[in-house]
Amino acid sequence: MKKNPFIDHPGAGMSLIVKTITRLTIGLILLFGIYIVLHGHLSPGGGFAGGVIIALSFVHLMIAFGKDAAVSKVSKNMAANLESIGALIFLCIGLLGFFGGSFFLNILGKGEHFKLFSSGTIPLSNIAIGLKVGVGLFAIFLALVILERSKKGL
Amino acid sequence: MELHILLFFMIFAAIAALEVKDLLSSVIAVGAVGFALCLAFLILKAPDLAITQLVVEILCLIILIRATIKRDLPLIIEGRWFFNTISTLVFIAVFLFFASAALKELPGFGHPIMAVVKKYLTEGKSQTGAVNLVTAVILDFRAYDTLGEATVLFTSVIGIMAILRRPGRKKAQ
Repeated sequence: MKKNPFIDHPGAGMSLIVKTITRLTIGLILLFGIYIVLHGHLSPGGGFAGGVIIALSFVHLMIAFGKDAAVSKVSKNMAANLESIGALIFLCIGLLGFFGGSFFLNILGKGEHFKLFSSGTIPLSNIAIGLKVGVGLFAIFLALVILERSKKGL
Repeated sequence: MELHILLFFMIFAAIAALEVKDLLSSVIAVGAVGFALCLAFLILKAPDLAITQLVVEILCLIILIRATIKRDLPLIIEGRWFFNTISTLVFIAVFLFFASAALKELPGFGHPIMAVVKKYLTEGKSQTGAVNLVTAVILDFRAYDTLGEATVLFTSVIGIMAILRRPGRKKAQ
């Protein structure tokens, strides 16, 4: 049976009120971050801004439910791997341009204006950057939290 | 010509930073290299890079000086409030004067003075298909810059993970 991070760490984190509110809002925050990333070529935002919002949703989870709840969702190794994968995807999109002739050439179809699936490689780059920034910032926060824990144990 | 003077100054300051015995003098010499680089960016017509370089340089200099000095520097404020107030007011007045002069010279909104910006504004939508022009610039026209930014973030994350990893801290104890 899969462990439920919202229940299995009763002692950690903040009070019941904070936990309840977090349980209601965290999905919306994550969804908003994904929306900002996906609509980067249509509305204000993009990979960097959306990635920060995605990272903040996980930071929110960690503050409200303690370190273990967040680590059970995204572990430190997984964060490091995902960050590298995001960077590699962005680089591959750049290399994809060589099929058309030059680095970072937008070779995919431009599509129709104001549609979600338009403007070629730009949404793909946004997704890669969003993954990289979100997971990277979360990894930094995780590393700092682990440092705090080990200092207490001295 | 100015660029060559700056380059020789930077090389000289870098050698001084390596050779000088005092740690604080070395840090200040590194700062001199950074500020000369900032001036070089200005001469090469890249004011945005110059501003970034200036901010990063000041930040690094403060952190490095703070790391090299053991105790806090004494700050004498008693009996000097008149001079301090007058100097603060003078600096604010000078800043406001130059800021107003600079603001008057700015081109109007939507009327860029650089030809490449005009091209972005007129052809950006049709060439990239993205209606958000900021995204069109950073991920299509200037995507190479964005790759550099992503590399900077990636390197900083690697650095933090390397410094804060468990075995590294255990060895230090």
